Amino acid sequence: MTVSGVILTVLLCAAAGLTLYRILRGPAVLDRVIATDVLLAVVVAAIAAEAAFSRDATALPVLVVLSILGFVGSVGVARLGSSTAEPDTAASAAAGQSDTDPAALNVPTHGGRS
Amino acid sequence: MIDVIAVVLMIGGALLCLAAGIALLRFPDLLSRMHATAKPQVLGLLLILIGCGLRLRDPVDVTTLVLVAVFQLATAPVAAHMVARSAYRTHRFRADLLVVDELAPAITPAADTPAGHGPR
Repeated sequence: MTVSGVILTVLLCAAAGLTLYRILRGPAVLDRVIATDVLLAVVVAAIAAEAAFSRDATALPVLVVLSILGFVGSVGVARLGSSTAEPDTAASAAAGQSDTDPAALNVPTHGGRS
Repeated sequence: MIDVIAVVLMIGGALLCLAAGIALLRFPDLLSRMHATAKPQVLGLLLILIGCGLRLRDPVDVTTLVLVAVFQLATAPVAAHMVARSAYRTHRFRADLLVVDELAPAITPAADTPAGHGPR
């Protein structure tokens, strides 16, 4: 059991290291976003493996939080962190692509200063 | 015996994580990297969570692990779709590597970016 724990740790640490290299040297923001998603998956895997090897279920709610949080972060960066402006939707609407309307997601909120 | 199965499953998941790390280093393009990064987010994590559930064997913990798996399965495709769409609109991919581009008639790319560069 100890040997398998060492093997698992080495594999996960190598994966996290390669992913961190891509986060450092990603040419675009989106490269860093997908690498961060992979890093989050590796962290979730490491916490689950630790819970399995120690037979201790204390850290399992952390996994739920992490699996939601990574999704929110990557979607936010994909929506707002892309360094270019959103294209106008006239051409895509003219092509009959009303279901792929990017303006449906950023409806301006009138008022709502809470 | 169940512990042996759990350890084998977890090592398989860790190998998928390592494969995704290597693919992040060596693949040339954001879309091809995204193809590889979906593996630890879904299958690798499922293998590790199944191994963890086989090791813990408590109904409360197993339901928590099932919840994590359901969240990952529900959110990883959505996040990948958003990132890929944003990448397509801003030309962050190598157009010469595509076999067929089915999005070209359906999506107008962003106007103020130069056409088809690879990763810069």
